[in-house]
Amino acid sequence: MDNIAIELRGIDKSFGPVHANKNINLKVRKGTIHGIIGENGAGKSTLMSILYGFYQADSGEILVDGKPVAIRDPNAAIAAGIGMVHQHFMLVENFTVLENIMLGAEDSQILNKGIAKARVELKRLEREYALEVDPDAVIEELPVGLQQRVEILKALYRRADILILDEPTGVLTPAEADHLFRVLEQLKSQGKTVILITHKLREIMAITDEVSVMRRGEMVATRTTAETSVEELAELMVGRRVLLRVEKGEAKPGEVKLAVEGLTVKDGRGVTMVDNVSFNLRAGEIVGIAGVAGNGQSELLEAISGIRRAVSGSVLLNGKPIDVTGRADPSELRDRGLAHVPEDRHHVGLVLKFEECENAILGYHHDKRYLNGVFLDVDAIRKDAEKRIGEYDIRPPNPRLKTANFSGGNQQKIVLAREMERGPDVLIIGQPTRGVDVGAIEFIHKRIIEMRDQGKAVLLVSVELDEIRALSDRILVMFAGRVVGERDPDATEGELGLLMAGVEGRKEAAE
Amino acid sequence: MSTPYAKLPGWVEYGLIPLINLAVAFLVAGLVVLLVGENPLEAAYHLINGAFGRGEYLGFTLYYATTFIFTGLAVAVAFHAGLFNIGGEGQAYVGGIGVALACLWLDQTMPWFVVFPLAILGSAFFGAAWAFLPGWLQAKRGSHIVITTIMFNFIASSLMVYLLTRVLKPLGSMAPQTRTFAEGGQLPKLDWLLAIFGLNVGTAPFNVSFLLALVAAFCVWLLIWRTKLGYEMRTMGHSPSAARYAGMSESRITVITMMISGGLAGMMALNPIMGEQARMQLDFVQGAGFVGIAVALMGRSHPAGIIPAAVLFGMLYQGGAEISFEMPSISRDMIVIIQGLVILFAGALENMFRPAITRLFTMQSRRAAVVTQTKGA
Ligand SMILES: Nc1ncnc2c1ncn2[C@@H]1O[C@H](COP(=O)(O)OP(=O)(O)OP(=O)(O)O)[C@@H](O)[C@H]1O
Ligand SMILES: [Mg+2]
Repeated sequence: MDNIAIELRGIDKSFGPVHANKNINLKVRKGTIHGIIGENGAGKSTLMSILYGFYQADSGEILVDGKPVAIRDPNAAIAAGIGMVHQHFMLVENFTVLENIMLGAEDSQILNKGIAKARVELKRLEREYALEVDPDAVIEELPVGLQQRVEILKALYRRADILILDEPTGVLTPAEADHLFRVLEQLKSQGKTVILITHKLREIMAITDEVSVMRRGEMVATRTTAETSVEELAELMVGRRVLLRVEKGEAKPGEVKLAVEGLTVKDGRGVTMVDNVSFNLRAGEIVGIAGVAGNGQSELLEAISGIRRAVSGSVLLNGKPIDVTGRADPSELRDRGLAHVPEDRHHVGLVLKFEECENAILGYHHDKRYLNGVFLDVDAIRKDAEKRIGEYDIRPPNPRLKTANFSGGNQQKIVLAREMERGPDVLIIGQPTRGVDVGAIEFIHKRIIEMRDQGKAVLLVSVELDEIRALSDRILVMFAGRVVGERDPDATEGELGLLMAGVEGRKEAAE
Repeated sequence: MSTPYAKLPGWVEYGLIPLINLAVAFLVAGLVVLLVGENPLEAAYHLINGAFGRGEYLGFTLYYATTFIFTGLAVAVAFHAGLFNIGGEGQAYVGGIGVALACLWLDQTMPWFVVFPLAILGSAFFGAAWAFLPGWLQAKRGSHIVITTIMFNFIASSLMVYLLTRVLKPLGSMAPQTRTFAEGGQLPKLDWLLAIFGLNVGTAPFNVSFLLALVAAFCVWLLIWRTKLGYEMRTMGHSPSAARYAGMSESRITVITMMISGGLAGMMALNPIMGEQARMQLDFVQGAGFVGIAVALMGRSHPAGIIPAAVLFGMLYQGGAEISFEMPSISRDMIVIIQGLVILFAGALENMFRPAITRLFTMQSRRAAVVTQTKGA
């Protein structure tokens, strides 16, 4: 008999009219890594939130080690040996690592005794699982990869035997992701059970023992990873065959649409984030900017789109200068044909509390067709949103639904629809498919290629090297704020990887 | 997990939950009354009877409500843009200058319907001007609006003492107030409105500025949900980074929002000055600016919520005065405690009963779903 760590029986959960989990049955074997995949909005996070006691199931049973347990809140989940690492970390930013790990698990009222004990315990965990972090570092000063490590340590410190990770690699660099997977392997070899939610099928194939697929609230299949393939999983998820490779013809580059010359950007503390960057972007081509997150790509996009002031340099849009060091104004740039899909859709590209149709005009609210004098033409706005919802297959097709209640992939489609629909001359896109399912990725990639084929100039920033290589006609690699090399899309991953790590680049620059 | 609570139907969200909060507030208030050895039922009777029992009482309740609608709207408008305007008190006070100037200038020569529009403009202008400076200081200098508006309340208070003792006071008078306005500086009462319901307004100063308050509430709704400016304000209120991305000017919106907010607060001055006393007195605002914060909180910053919330606070003011009159051992301070409890339960602890109600409600709707399913089969 297999040893079952977690069994879910008939879990059902609705949010008003949305039936997020329908009669879910799931068995997770002890000492394995179990993947859960599914389209955006399939109900994965909801299911895990039920297991961790954030939500209560409307009906159904949870069994841990064969015994039914009632998980009323996260404390009950922790008591049952379940730990969770959230998609959005739940750490106190200005506490130290040690303080965060102890928070809520203090042994006594007298902190000092507890701190000494916790420090010893933390050291032991770090050694056992190769999870080094400085216990006295302040959270907000740590990179995301290390913050995630703290989340894992927090769960282990509470003696979790079962660890749930919801899209842990979305925010990680490839090297950080690799390290995370080594940690998970280590946990598994110590007999811990891991549940991993991810949209990246490659990760599923690389690390899981079994994988369960959810679609529209139902658990549709469970497979042994060794006996399945990426193609089969994609098809199970979406319910149809998915094109995993991007099909595109030759680029026909035309005139220069965007000319960046010697652009330098500093952040709030005066650290140089973009260092003397120059490049041209032509009509009918996609230029990809590859690089490990945090090497100046975000600041580059922000400076070009007028959100952030540059220190020096010049940018020409359609041959006319953008005042990047002075009063560049995003709405003026939109009028001049520059559209921008920001990297951070939750805080920048969308107002999550708005209705869908209100977000569909964000930045374009000056447009005459949405206005009657100073008043908004609500009918026109809703009609327009409905049209776009149809074209981009945004689900659910309700322009009056609050944006926060759309799943990640559909939120991204709302932004893309808004920015692409007006046929801008230049489209700059940051992380177009972060947290987006395979079906939506296929759709978004197709749209980006279409834009190019219509003669638009596309500047693409992504931390997904696969995506950059699949879409770009030329690849620029950024490292430490500088463009350290330009490559063709058929450059090998290894070659790009070295550039991204700054190894090749230094040589090239020296020559 | 941005919304920890499931969505509830409108009547539960905006009807049932506020009512439950209110009921609990009154229950706790009743316990306090019990503690001082009085009968809470009797107090409740005096509160409700004192606020609604007669045309005259109702007139007073609505007179206070008028004031609170203006100050509540003022706080709400700023709130939508993410600004916490605590300066309603000072802005209303300074707004009084505009009313007084219009009245002192024209009351003897013009009828009220000529003076009134000028007084509206004057009050809005002075209120807006008083809010402009904190807005501008935040937009250009980064001085936090909560701090500056509080400071401006104090400055307004000193300024008005100076004006009312030195400049606006008629010669030879001892009282710190303007002269009494002639006919043209007095607003007609809305006795006919209550007469429709067979009520007699009596001595209550229930006047046409109530209608102006309702118009203002509608205009605020239009502004926030139906204009481009309102859209920009809400964007900034929810997400400053999204506003920047969309090319909205934070400083422009901050200044304009504060001026609209201050203008609304300033218009509050019409009610006591032209509607009741027919002169501007020292301290005529009497804390209404602060009550506006509670009213906006309770009304969820929506005009349709602010009007009933303002009436509720009007009731507490009027009925509360009646309680302390009828039951001497319950002092004015007790009334303030009751008001505080309402603010506590309806505003600060708004979500206390929500999880339980949500659970009840989802259970019930599921049962209903099962029933329809079996019926359908
Ligand atoms: N608190 C909530 N209120 C209302 N609807 C919700 C809530 N949480 C989730 N939903 C809805 O439930 C469904 C399932 O959402 P869930 O977050 O579980 O999907 P997911 O599989 O994790 O998607 P993603 O891959 O985008 O993270 C979606 O349709 C979502 O809109
Ligand atoms: Mg999710």
